[in-house]
Amino acid sequence: MTHTPPVVCAFCARGPCCARALGSGKLAGLREGLTLTMAAAETGALPVEERVGQVVLPGDVLLLPSHPEADGERLWLGPGAALPGRLVCGPGLRCCGAGLLVTKCGLLRHRQPGGAGGGSGGAYWVDSQQKRYVPVKGDHVIGIVTLKAGDIFKVDVGGSEQASLSYLAFEGATKRNRPNVQVGDLIYGQFVVANKDMEPEMVCIDSSGRANGMGVIGHEGLLFKVSLGLIRKLLAPNCEIIQELGQLYPFEIVFGMNGRIWVKAKTIQQTLIVANILEACEHMTAEQRTQAFAKLSER
Amino acid sequence: MKETPLSNCERRFLLRAVEERKRLDGRQSYDYRNVRISFGADYGCCIVELGRTRVLGQVSCELVSPKLNRATEGILFFNLELSPMAAPAFEPGRQPELLVKLNRLLERCLRNSKCIDTESLCVVAGVKVWQIRVDLHLLNHDGNIIDAASIAAIVALCHFRRPDVSVQGEEVTLYTPEERDPVPLSIHHMPICVSFAFFQQGTYLLVDPSEREERVMDGLLVIAMNKHREICTIQSSGGIMLLKDQVLRCSKITGVKVAEITELIQKALENDRKVRKEGGKFGFAESIPNQKISAFKMERAPVDTNDVEEQAEEIIMKADPPSDFVAKPILRMPGTAQIGEGLENSWGDFEESEREEEEEGNSDDATTSGGQKMETEEINIVSKTKKDDDTIILSDSEEEEVVILEPEETHKKTRTHTTAKQENSSKKAFNKKRKKKRATH
Repeated sequence: MTHTPPVVCAFCARGPCCARALGSGKLAGLREGLTLTMAAAETGALPVEERVGQVVLPGDVLLLPSHPEADGERLWLGPGAALPGRLVCGPGLRCCGAGLLVTKCGLLRHRQPGGAGGGSGGAYWVDSQQKRYVPVKGDHVIGIVTLKAGDIFKVDVGGSEQASLSYLAFEGATKRNRPNVQVGDLIYGQFVVANKDMEPEMVCIDSSGRANGMGVIGHEGLLFKVSLGLIRKLLAPNCEIIQELGQLYPFEIVFGMNGRIWVKAKTIQQTLIVANILEACEHMTAEQRTQAFAKLSER
Repeated sequence: MKETPLSNCERRFLLRAVEERKRLDGRQSYDYRNVRISFGADYGCCIVELGRTRVLGQVSCELVSPKLNRATEGILFFNLELSPMAAPAFEPGRQPELLVKLNRLLERCLRNSKCIDTESLCVVAGVKVWQIRVDLHLLNHDGNIIDAASIAAIVALCHFRRPDVSVQGEEVTLYTPEERDPVPLSIHHMPICVSFAFFQQGTYLLVDPSEREERVMDGLLVIAMNKHREICTIQSSGGIMLLKDQVLRCSKITGVKVAEITELIQKALENDRKVRKEGGKFGFAESIPNQKISAFKMERAPVDTNDVEEQAEEIIMKADPPSDFVAKPILRMPGTAQIGEGLENSWGDFEESEREEEEEGNSDDATTSGGQKMETEEINIVSKTKKDDDTIILSDSEEEEVVILEPEETHKKTRTHTTAKQENSSKKAFNKKRKKKRATH
């Protein structure tokens, strides 16, 4: 008996794959991807593994691998994450019938499930260049408090809807001991609920109840917005820009997956330099960037 | 959708930066952002970019009956649109206060300053006059809409050409652009708005505020002026008390900025006129800057180019057998063509082409053996008159003009663009083309 693995419409995958992803977006790969896409349109769908790292377009159908060794529904009922065949369907993909339907154009990404290698599990998503943020469960974002209503705060995260944040979702907060949050403050938190039918919900604590860097961001510094693609580049492990920037002078920086960056350096001038260099980095080649940094460090 | 709120820290930072005479984009207090003007393919269409603020201006005209009290004057109409495309906070179908204010200011700046000669828009007094309509669309909002809109409006008006008319007795003749060249509007002067943002009750002053600066400013002063330093409109909003010499200083700055911008506009108009005259490429598509998203790490991919020619030959040899019918383009109207089905081959004599082949001493196997084959696979599309492409190859035959665009790696499908009248273009011309194309590879 063959069946396809269950697909859950939640996405919590981000990691080393982002860095790898950027490298493979070379021209040859793009062209190959496009011709393959056309082929898929003619012949139907292609297996999803073959398309990883290539360009996919909206309307493409990706076939999920079927694995005969998994038997019956019994396995599916267990705790999801432990299953080898569990598949996470990330942004830009939708589960349709036996396969995945691509809903935005970009590069197809895949991450193997952590721990025991389940052949067909892991997460698939589409990396694309966009500015509008769509909340994703587990993302760390920077939000602006817009409203204090009863025991929740409304937080603007740049999505279509404001997220809600309970005042108990801060480290050490109790009914008596409320956190000091004003309207207009910046919040660094993560999503615990994010799906298309419900209001997104943020928290500023991790699963063990610790702040872990989250919470209200200081009252100084500059907030600015960049594209989501740049944020992913900057958040990739061993990002060269951040390493080079860190050698200039000390500064504090917070990246939100919603494209917002908060920077604070010693002076206004230094803060502005960091902000402008990060904005400009998106359309610079590596050589141009090195030159720009060399010019900065001379000063 | 709701506007993105301004956070406390942004507000604080901006105000502190203003005090230190720093701006977010590295400008000085009196600096204007870069102005970019690009023109569309049609007359009277332009996009003005002021930093990241973009405004599209489009002028159109219509013959209407004049207003009763102004029988000999044409009608000018201005309309600025703020669509949700510019910023999510702008909702469609609603006229927010800001929009009304901007529209009013535009009218005062352009209509009330009488920069367009409305008398010259009269065709038959009391019966027919031209109505000139200027539509301005905000495409992206990054502050200082009014300056960008006023530049876009005046540039579009300067660029616009209306159809020529002639009046003989009672009869009015409207000429198409083919019959008579369209005529430009008569423009007396070019009023341009310059905005000043005031902070801390007028202590600090910034020229050309960006969106975030606009959100924290205390007051705004807009001065419209032409290059002869005549003030066309002046408007102060935000309720700040300005001193006399502050206003005077602003008007001096305006004079300098307006002179710069007017010069830029004239240069842009001149450029566009020259390009059109020489038949070069124009339109928005030509003026879009290429912004590449660069990857940070990229492995070099070696490309083996040793056996490329052999491989190409092989592919040609393996090409599909010819289909039964020969594609022949049918001209529907200029610029379009249909490739018919099952029509007769009109590609000239096969024998003749063979001879031609031998004359040239070409030993191209694929061409000679699969001569008939090739004809069918070549798709003919009526060429547009694109002239300055490096891949253009003109054939020696006089009556036709052949343009090869984007030569592909495989020689199997050679996309050729031929002129409309090329019904029985000879085989020989095609073989020549093929050879030339090889040479370019």
